[in-house]
Amino acid sequence: MSSTFETVAGIIAETCDIPREQITPESHAINDLGIDSLAFLDIAFAIDKAFGIKLPLEQWTQEVNEGKAPAEEYFVMKNLVARIDALVAAKNA
Amino acid sequence: MRLEYFEMIDEVASFDAAGQALRARARVPLASPVFEGHFPGHPLVPGVLLTETMAQASGYLVLALTAFAHMPFLMAVDKARFRTFVGPGETLDVAAELDVMGSGYAATRARIESGGKPVCDAHLRFKIMPFPAGMEEGMRQRARQIGLIAETLS
Repeated sequence: MSSTFETVAGIIAETCDIPREQITPESHAINDLGIDSLAFLDIAFAIDKAFGIKLPLEQWTQEVNEGKAPAEEYFVMKNLVARIDALVAAKNA
Repeated sequence: MRLEYFEMIDEVASFDAAGQALRARARVPLASPVFEGHFPGHPLVPGVLLTETMAQASGYLVLALTAFAHMPFLMAVDKARFRTFVGPGETLDVAAELDVMGSGYAATRARIESGGKPVCDAHLRFKIMPFPAGMEEGMRQRARQIGLIAETLS
């Protein structure tokens, strides 16, 4: 697993008091890990700090709420990690 | 300060948009029902109200930086430290600076001093969301009362 995944999983485990071994690349942050919107803001804050990026959480939430994207696209761990990697790559480009 | 009305900030001393920082003053009243219980015979401003004071200074900072586009609601208090007591009649200098403006949240660092001495400090985070119905005008009015500069209110 990538270092990004390890970092994000560690942040979620610490922020939400979830056992680290429960978090896998297939975990859905909302459905499987039970993370609510307020807790996800805490996670976004820690991710933004760790990677020097700005997760577009409001945009993602709006797209999901309007049915323009499935929640899995943003909130399954492997997809979240891929998007973080893309944001980091864009920042460094 | 009108402690029982949760009006903690009396005036904004400065707002620095480029530096993303705000300074404010808060004068502790000589008398308040709060002091009747905290504590009998030994009045002190409760730490929870000092935290609220830091949160309000931070909130006005976020409102000013975002030109009142969204309302910040306190969601997290980290590393809060209360270093000395605050009693009736003191004038508090409250400082707030932006740490991170994220998507849907803002993080600040705030502190209070009295007579140049540290009173308390904390890292605060706010959920940022559209104003609930009926709230925005009241917040703008209060911001005008405390002298938050006019150009942030347009």
